[in-house]
Amino acid sequence: MELQVDKLCVARGGLAVLKDVSFTVKSGQALVLRGPNGIGKTTLLRTLAGLQPALSGRVSLEAEDMVYAAHVDGIKTTLTVKENLVFWAQIFGTKTIDQAINAFSLSDLIDKPAGMLSAGQKRRLGLARLMVTGRPVWILDEPTVSLDLTAVVMFGDVIQTHLEGGGLAIMATHIDLGLKNAMSLELGGYKAVSALQDDFDEAFL
Amino acid sequence: MIALLNRDLRLAMRAGGGFGLGLSFFLIVVVLIPFGVGPETSLLGRIAPGVLWVAALLACLLSLDRMFALDFEDGSLDLLVTSPLPLEGIITVKAIAHWLTTGLPLVAAAPVFALLMSLPANGYFALVLSLLIGTPALSVIGAFGAALTVGIKRGGLLLSLLVLPLYVPTLIFGAEVARRGAESQPYTSPLLLLAGISFAALALLPFASAAVLRVNLR
Amino acid sequence: MASIWEYANPLKFMRTTEAALPFIGWAAALCLVCGLVWGFFFTPDDFRQGSTVKIFYVHVPSAMMAINIWVMMLITSLVWIVRRHHVSALAARAAAPIGAVMTLIALFTGAVWGQPMWGTWWAWDPRLTSFLILFLFYLGYMALWTAIEDDDTAADLTSILCLVGSVFALLSRYAVNFWNQGLHQGASLSLDKKENVADVFWYPALVSIAGFVLLFFALVIVRTNTEIRARRARALLARERLG
Repeated sequence: MELQVDKLCVARGGLAVLKDVSFTVKSGQALVLRGPNGIGKTTLLRTLAGLQPALSGRVSLEAEDMVYAAHVDGIKTTLTVKENLVFWAQIFGTKTIDQAINAFSLSDLIDKPAGMLSAGQKRRLGLARLMVTGRPVWILDEPTVSLDLTAVVMFGDVIQTHLEGGGLAIMATHIDLGLKNAMSLELGGYKAVSALQDDFDEAFL
Repeated sequence: MIALLNRDLRLAMRAGGGFGLGLSFFLIVVVLIPFGVGPETSLLGRIAPGVLWVAALLACLLSLDRMFALDFEDGSLDLLVTSPLPLEGIITVKAIAHWLTTGLPLVAAAPVFALLMSLPANGYFALVLSLLIGTPALSVIGAFGAALTVGIKRGGLLLSLLVLPLYVPTLIFGAEVARRGAESQPYTSPLLLLAGISFAALALLPFASAAVLRVNLR
Repeated sequence: MASIWEYANPLKFMRTTEAALPFIGWAAALCLVCGLVWGFFFTPDDFRQGSTVKIFYVHVPSAMMAINIWVMMLITSLVWIVRRHHVSALAARAAAPIGAVMTLIALFTGAVWGQPMWGTWWAWDPRLTSFLILFLFYLGYMALWTAIEDDDTAADLTSILCLVGSVFALLSRYAVNFWNQGLHQGASLSLDKKENVADVFWYPALVSIAGFVLLFFALVIVRTNTEIRARRARALLARERLG
C-alpha cells in the first residue's frame, strides 16, 4: 500500500495555504509534517482525510482508507470507555476492541464513564479509537497533546506496531516519538503565495 | 446505523431529562394558555387543536440545536463523516432519534394535555393521529435547520427563525386534521397532505441537509 | 452574442453597471413619478371603493417585486451552486433586503387597501398571509448571511436555504389557501385587481410597475457593487494576515 500525493493544493477559508505538496509514503513508513504554526498542517491533514476538498492535485488513496484524529477526541463523556470503543467499532465495521484496549492499557478503565478519566487517559482513549477503526492510514494532528512521558512512549510503541503491521501514519507533531522509518517533511517550502491578480474571481482571492 | 441510533438514544437518556424537557415544555405551554385566554371550557375546546399543535411544535424546536452541535464540537461528526456510513443516512438516523426522544413522547402525552384543554371527545383520535404523522416532518425539517446553524455560536434563535417558517405547512394541515376531528368532520384530505409532506421531507431533505453539513465541516 | 458570463468577472460587472446606473436611476425616478402621480391624481375614483383603491398603484408593483426578487435570488443562488461565480452570490445577498422591504410595502399597502372593506387593519386573507410568510423567509435568509463569518460558506449555506425555502414557500402558499378557503367563500376579499380593470386604470399601473422594476435594478446594482467591494477588502485583509 502506498500513499502518493502529487502537487496537492489546499485552502483554508477559500484562500490557498499550501501549494504543490508532493510526497510518497509506503507501508510501514511514517511521515512527520513540520513547519511553523499556521502554515497549514491541520488543513493538509484534513484534506487528506477527506474532510475538505483540495484545490487541485492528486491523492492516490481514497479517504476510506484513512482515519483522522485531532485535538478533540470524539469521545462521549457519558458513555463508558467500552461503550465508546464498541460504538466506533460498529460504525467502522471491525469486530474487536480488545487489541486497542490492551495496546493503550485501558483494561482497568473499561467500565468507567469517559467523563471521569484524566486528560491523559482521555487522549489514550481517543487514540485507541484509531486502532478500532481498522483503517491502514492514520492521520494524526498533534496527537501527543496532554500526554505525559510514559504515555508518549506508549503511543510511540502503538504507532510502531501499527507500522510494522503494514500501516501508514502521517502526523503533525513537534515531539520526537522515536520511530524508526520516519520521514520528515518541512511544509514551509510549500507556502502558497497568492499573487495580486486583477481579473476574474481572483479579484477576491 | 442502528449503532448510531442506539448511541444517540443512550446519550439523550443519560444527558438527563432526555424525554422530560420536551414534555415539560409542552405541559407549561398548555397550562399557560388558559391563564392567558380565560378558563371557559368551550373557548378552550375550540382552540385546543391549534394550541396543542403549536405547543408540540415549539417543544420539538427546543432540542433541535443539540442534534449536530454536540457531535460537531467534540469531533465525532468529523469521524462519522469519514466513516463508511453515508451522511444522508446519518442525518436521517439523527432525525429519527430526535423524533423518538421528543416527538413520540409528545404524541403519547397529547391525550392528557388535550384533556386539560377540554378538547371535544371526538377530537382525541384525530389529534394523536395528526401528531403521529406530522411530528416526523418536524424532526426532519428541524435537522435541516440544525445542520445550517451547527457552527454558529448561540445559534438557537437563528435556528428558530429559519425553521418556523418551514413548519407552517405541516402546522396548517396537522391542526386542520385535529380541528376537523374535533368537529366530527372528515379529515382524510388534510391527513393525506400531512402524510405527503412528512414522507417527502423524509425522502428529500436529508440530501439538502447533508450538503449543508459538508459545507459546515470544511 | 457575447456570453453573459463575462459579467461574472467582478471588475467588468462593476464597470458596466456603474456606467449604466445613472440612466437606470433617472428612468426609475421618471417612471415612478409619472406612474404614481397619474394613477393617484388623474384617474377616476372607483365607484365602490372610493379613492383608497388608488393604493393599488403601489401595492401591485411592490407585491410583484416581492415575489420576483425572491425568484431572482433563487436563480442567482443556483448560478452560484453550479458555476461558483461570486458576483451571483453577492447579487442574491444584495437583493434580499430590497425584497424584504418590498414585501413590507406590499403588506402595509394591502392592509391600508383592505381596511375600508374589512373594517379592520389586518385580516388573515390568504394573499396577505402568504406575503407575511415570505417576509419571514427573507428575514431568515438575511440573518443566515450575517451569522456566518466565512464568505464562501455563507454563500453556500444561504443558497441551499434559498432552494429549500422556495419549495416550502410554494407549499405554504397552497397550504395557506387551503387554510383560509373555508372562511371567505363568496365575499370578494381578493386584492387581485388584474381582471376587470379598465384600461384607464391599467396604463398608469404599467408605468408604475416599470418604475418599481427599474428602482430594483438601480438599488441592486448599488448594493451588489458595495458587497463586491466589501468582499474584496476582506480578501485583501485575509491575504495580509497570511503574510
